[in-house]
Amino acid sequence: MQQHVSFPVFGQNDYFNYKNPQTLENRMPVVDAKKKTQDPIVTGTSVIAIKYNGGVVMGTDMLCSYGSLARFNSIQRMEKFGSYTIIGAGGELSDFQSLSNTLNDLVTLDHCIDDGSKLSPSEIYNYVARVMYNHRNKGDPLWNSLVVMGYQNGSSFLGKVDLVGTCFKDDIVCTGYGAHIALPLMRKAALDNPNMNLEQAKKLIEDCLRVLFYRDARSSKKIQISVANENGLEISEPIELDTYMWQSGEAAVKSFSQV
Amino acid sequence: MTSVGSGYDLYVSTYSPDGKIFQIDYANKAVENSGTCVAIRTKDGVILGVEKLVPSKMLEKSSNRRIHHIDTHIGVGISGFLADARQLITRARDEAKQYRQVYGQPIPIKVLSQRIASYNHVYTLYGSVRPFGCSLIITGIDQYGPQLYMVEPSGSCIGYFGTSMGKGKQAAKNEMEKIKFTEISTRDALKEVARIIHTVHDEVKDKDFELELGWISMTETNSVHQLVPQNLFEEAEAFAKAAIEEANQ
Amino acid sequence: MESPEWMNNAVDLGTSIMAVEFDGGVVMGADSRTTTGAYIANRVTNKITPIHEKIYCCRSGSAADTQAISDYVRYYLEMHTSELCDDPDVKTAASLFQLLCYSNKNNLMAGIIVAGWDKHQGGSVYNISLGGSMVKQPFAIGGSGSTYIYGYCDSKFKPNMTKDECVEFVQNSLALAMFRDGSSGGVIRLCIIDKNGVERRMIPGNKLPRFWEG
Repeated sequence: MQQHVSFPVFGQNDYFNYKNPQTLENRMPVVDAKKKTQDPIVTGTSVIAIKYNGGVVMGTDMLCSYGSLARFNSIQRMEKFGSYTIIGAGGELSDFQSLSNTLNDLVTLDHCIDDGSKLSPSEIYNYVARVMYNHRNKGDPLWNSLVVMGYQNGSSFLGKVDLVGTCFKDDIVCTGYGAHIALPLMRKAALDNPNMNLEQAKKLIEDCLRVLFYRDARSSKKIQISVANENGLEISEPIELDTYMWQSGEAAVKSFSQV
Repeated sequence: MTSVGSGYDLYVSTYSPDGKIFQIDYANKAVENSGTCVAIRTKDGVILGVEKLVPSKMLEKSSNRRIHHIDTHIGVGISGFLADARQLITRARDEAKQYRQVYGQPIPIKVLSQRIASYNHVYTLYGSVRPFGCSLIITGIDQYGPQLYMVEPSGSCIGYFGTSMGKGKQAAKNEMEKIKFTEISTRDALKEVARIIHTVHDEVKDKDFELELGWISMTETNSVHQLVPQNLFEEAEAFAKAAIEEANQ
Repeated sequence: MESPEWMNNAVDLGTSIMAVEFDGGVVMGADSRTTTGAYIANRVTNKITPIHEKIYCCRSGSAADTQAISDYVRYYLEMHTSELCDDPDVKTAASLFQLLCYSNKNNLMAGIIVAGWDKHQGGSVYNISLGGSMVKQPFAIGGSGSTYIYGYCDSKFKPNMTKDECVEFVQNSLALAMFRDGSSGGVIRLCIIDKNGVERRMIPGNKLPRFWEG
């Protein structure tokens, strides 16, 4: 039997959505607490840091990616807070900018009170851990992995705080891809040379950032290294890494191997 | 002496027949009973000096500070009731913090001074409250350069090159007439402020006093407000004392 | 029968927008196409909106969101100007955009480029991305069409260009983006801001720079 084809005639097309009109509920859906978690949009990658004999050294690259696009190439992902602490951040850039504002307010208040006591790295670390944990409990995390480091009164400080509020202190700390690639390299170096000096620590950080550039698709060659020691805090000018381990590619030029 | 209030001075919401609000005048009196505060604005900075009267030998040297910081680029000197001033300083710090959070810039000195002046002014509009019994001298450096404003209990906010308030305010104003504000260097202004305060201090009526000096300068402090460092402070005090000796001879 | 697909699509600013800083000002450019799904709702849109006399913003993302945000910022900036008794800085306007975009990041889809001239910094360009992060750059590109011209812009941009070189750079980049991106097209609108004021230009669709067209 022939299928009766229906052509749209009068009254069958609901052009103005009369059947399912807009109500407050479907215009502004109630945001479920579980669904409030955001997606990171502009993100930074690893941060790596190590304590040495006399202070702490930290390094990051200067890239913020927009998904897979290498969007912003000159972002300083480390900030000084007060006279003794530097925080390096991976993850969502806008959340780090917001956290920086909050911490700068704390530092300004310290300056205003002017009673001779200044925020120590351990105090800032604890504050940041509380902030991150409380945001996470509201289902609205600050999507960052932070490394808090500093040097005050002869003792070094190094800790990591996560977007879920996990926080711990250690002698070597890395976030992101660094935790998989750089951390074992740094641990081996620390085992071989327990009393590293500043130059050795800086070279180690630089070498690890180079390996991360070889293997992390969201990283870049332009890096910065920061140091906290008895001379104070210093964030270096941008350094461009030279990459030279390309010999393994030579073989493929000569033979017609696919690899 | 001030004219008798006779019934028109009970509330700040009442005018007197000759157009005065006596409560505001009385609040100004409270300011005038306090130690002198002097401020000078130079080409690249602003100096604040306060004559901190020490009523008892048992007070610790650094207590009862009268120079405070608001944010990193603004300093404030107080005359009058310190407790009232503490309220204003807290408010100023909140204003500065909120301005930076919303506009991403450090608060301009003029904007902060006008906001504190407006806050002061509100307390002169209602009979259920009293005006703040303190004047503030607000100093700082922003994009428009170094600036100096004085905020009074009436809610007025006026910018100055040099100003003074407190006990020796008139004598200090006379001394400041001699200063060339557009030419004087910051270090010289520091010495001048110390000298003026030592000069206007009344040895007979008030006994001991401590000098407190604060400054902010584009070249000397990198536009951060701070108390003057110990060595410069001693230099300025020595200059002041030497100048007094000379004047007395 | 349910309503056709074109009735349910949000009005979208699939776009190519751009701003470049030169010594003494900025050059801003945008295409002029607004789409609802695949239908071009407006082929001569103005995506460069004034926020203040010498501060403009280029809008990309949801048309409704960006119009609402820029209306709020224009209002807040006007109140700020009265209090300041002076023209505001571009950084202030950008911070206001960031405040709105970051606090409402879950409900908005807005990528904005704020640019203009102020007497403290000269010309500046700020890029505010989807999540609310604010980055100052010598030049910024945004919108769906921008993905096609990252390579072109990286190769052609040099620091310290003159105003005319910047104008040519913007025109060429946008023309290439509009050619390849289906959500961008129409005319190129330019806005040149310096200390003397604002000059607005339009390059009609038949006078765009042309490259290899296959």
